[in-house]
Amino acid sequence: MVIENRASMQKSRAAFLEQIDNQTKKIYVCGGTGCVAGGSMEIYERLKQLIEEKGVKCQVKLEKEEQGDHVGLKKSGCHGFCEMGPLLRIEPAKLLYLKVSIDDCEEIVEKSILGDEVIERLIYSRDDITYSVQEEIPFYKNQTRIVLEDCGQIDAESIEEYIAYGGYSSLEKCLFDITPDDIVKTISDSNLRGRGGGGFPAGRKWSQVKAQKDPEKYVVCNGDEGDPGAFMDRSIMEGDPHKMLEGMMIAGYASGAKEGYIYVRAEYPLAVQRLENAIADCHRYGLLGKNILGTDFEFDIYIVKGAGAFVCGEGSALTTSIEGDRGMPRVKPPRTVEHGLFGKPTLLNNVETFANVPIIIEKGADWYKTIGPVKSPGTKAFALTGNIVNTGLIEVPMGTTLRHIIFDVGGGVRGGKKFKAVQIGGPSGACLTEEHLDLPLDFDSLKKAGAMIGSGGLVVMDEDTCMVEVARFFMNFTQNESCGKCVPCREGTRRMLEILEKIVDGRGEMSDLDMLEELADTITSTALCGLGKTAANPVVSTLKYFRDEYEEHIRDKRCRTKTCQALKQIYIEKYHCKGCSLCSKVCPVGAISGKIKEAFEIDQSKCIKCGACLSSCKFKAIKEA
Amino acid sequence: MDNQELYQKIDEIIRAHDDDKPIVAILQDIQEEYRYLPREAFDYLSKKLGVSLAKIYSIATFYENFSLSPKGKYVIKICDGTACHVRKSIPILEALRKELGLSSEKSTTDDLMYTVETVSCLGACGLAPVLTVNDKVHPAMTPEKAIELLSELK
Repeated sequence: MVIENRASMQKSRAAFLEQIDNQTKKIYVCGGTGCVAGGSMEIYERLKQLIEEKGVKCQVKLEKEEQGDHVGLKKSGCHGFCEMGPLLRIEPAKLLYLKVSIDDCEEIVEKSILGDEVIERLIYSRDDITYSVQEEIPFYKNQTRIVLEDCGQIDAESIEEYIAYGGYSSLEKCLFDITPDDIVKTISDSNLRGRGGGGFPAGRKWSQVKAQKDPEKYVVCNGDEGDPGAFMDRSIMEGDPHKMLEGMMIAGYASGAKEGYIYVRAEYPLAVQRLENAIADCHRYGLLGKNILGTDFEFDIYIVKGAGAFVCGEGSALTTSIEGDRGMPRVKPPRTVEHGLFGKPTLLNNVETFANVPIIIEKGADWYKTIGPVKSPGTKAFALTGNIVNTGLIEVPMGTTLRHIIFDVGGGVRGGKKFKAVQIGGPSGACLTEEHLDLPLDFDSLKKAGAMIGSGGLVVMDEDTCMVEVARFFMNFTQNESCGKCVPCREGTRRMLEILEKIVDGRGEMSDLDMLEELADTITSTALCGLGKTAANPVVSTLKYFRDEYEEHIRDKRCRTKTCQALKQIYIEKYHCKGCSLCSKVCPVGAISGKIKEAFEIDQSKCIKCGACLSSCKFKAIKEA
Repeated sequence: MDNQELYQKIDEIIRAHDDDKPIVAILQDIQEEYRYLPREAFDYLSKKLGVSLAKIYSIATFYENFSLSPKGKYVIKICDGTACHVRKSIPILEALRKELGLSSEKSTTDDLMYTVETVSCLGACGLAPVLTVNDKVHPAMTPEKAIELLSELK
């Protein structure tokens, strides 16, 4: 099975492609976490059973050649349109069926797999236009999918399909056509910047590791996608694991490392499983191990599962965690490129960065720079979530505006509500408002606006979201996840959280706002690691753009979105109250009193705002303000 | 718990790691077996690996995923990542806690049937709000649906 040299690699590629071409229909059942939760694997099994019952052969693996008419049934990676899952794509018609249920399977097999009919009710429609072809749907049409190109259009569990569609040809090119110096130069010339958050030029990192004299070096892939609201890397690991592995192998070859480690969050069991499969497949074909494709190149990749610590997304904490210790950051320098994993020079990039590598090697640095701004070129995957119509995974060129992402790709705010803010960059990021809608999203523009791309989570918030509560939420997260090593982060985030809790609880004072700013300033300038330095960002940005909301909470004891429980006022509308006394019976603290058949009243000093009376009233006489 | 059985299991786990002694991975495997890290495992591991008890304890308490107390048969994790949070995941948590008589201090029922806890982002944001029961993801939850789910588990 081992592919021994370049010629046999190319022969295998042609053979696999021929097999795919021989499939009369190709059916891709989405196997991303989202659709699996919606039951897509049951749909997969049911389709297989139904197709075979009809006497049609169903090819699920390319290893075994099929003769005669047969269809290909595949588990694809995440299509990105998670809101509409479970998803099903049928080629060659490029049909995309949405919200498929197990009961639809029979009709799908009958009409669209054995026949060529389109089932209207399963296709996407918006504003009275129906879209049967996946690529025509505005959600997809408005994207530029390069890194995610294969996600959803390739069998995520098949190395053969990856190879057939040109996979590992970039590795081939590196091993046979160009030198490690050329590789590093190409990556440098492409201006590829790390997709993990900071946007550090990848080429500089690569050449620094390459220049290290130590013969023992490591390649590490950061798959510890800890930002709440981000799942780009998970989707790549699940949907197209080989692209990332190929990127790591190229990095190994270019830098002179023999081993690679992938650090994956334990919360991503499916990603771990797909990566394990993919690595085993690489061993089977001799793409990992000794003498890869008959050359002297030797490389192996190991998976390390995280154990739930956000701080392990930080470089030095991550390498310490791989070593099996408490994942805490250390003072730099020395930097990871000199002193990383096991104290050796280490090339550390994140999943999406590695997934960009084979594409750049294949198409060249000049081509890459034509996408997005020259100084931060390429595309960026974003996880679009929150109060938005089309939640899901998207990819757009760097420099795309928020307006395009939220309204054209995302379809606008849910339920016709008004857009209020978008949180970008997770707990290290910031909230951007309406005035930023035309801001181009790239590393430099965002930095100027006091925000950062982070790993790429975009959480859209509508007018019903309380920004003070959002700030408290993030501070609670950071405080929880603070590793405790340095005082500014350990103590500072706790104090900030206490103040925010006080404010949402209606006990805030105006001087608290100054204290928040002072603490934020101290933490930002003195914390040890990048995560600490950015911990105050959500508070700083909400204070900057939504100061009036903070002031309302403090001065007027009012939360305009009615989110903050303690600031709620529950009262009885006199004219609607029939005096039935039901509310006074359900009130757990005896705050409601009155005479039967006359309007009742709530004693605000006793009311604990539990809301029990609200649901008890049959005349809708009890209101919240 | 029968300590002998525990020790045997730990021996097996250490062997499976080729005597590399990656403490985090070993603890993960022990937890997978017992759903928590039994007190007795620490002393034994310390002796077996030649690593101080303090060190192992410090690692076990550092990572969120490790639990030093037994968990219920059904571990329910309510996602409180940003996306789930803005789509109102907390009322779900509160409803479940109320139904099972749990709180932020007490996360497991006395009969060891249910554990209710939060988790920061499962990466299934498209389906928010979500919860998992023993790692199976349940999408688009509401407090009512969550209570219904409980009765299905019984």
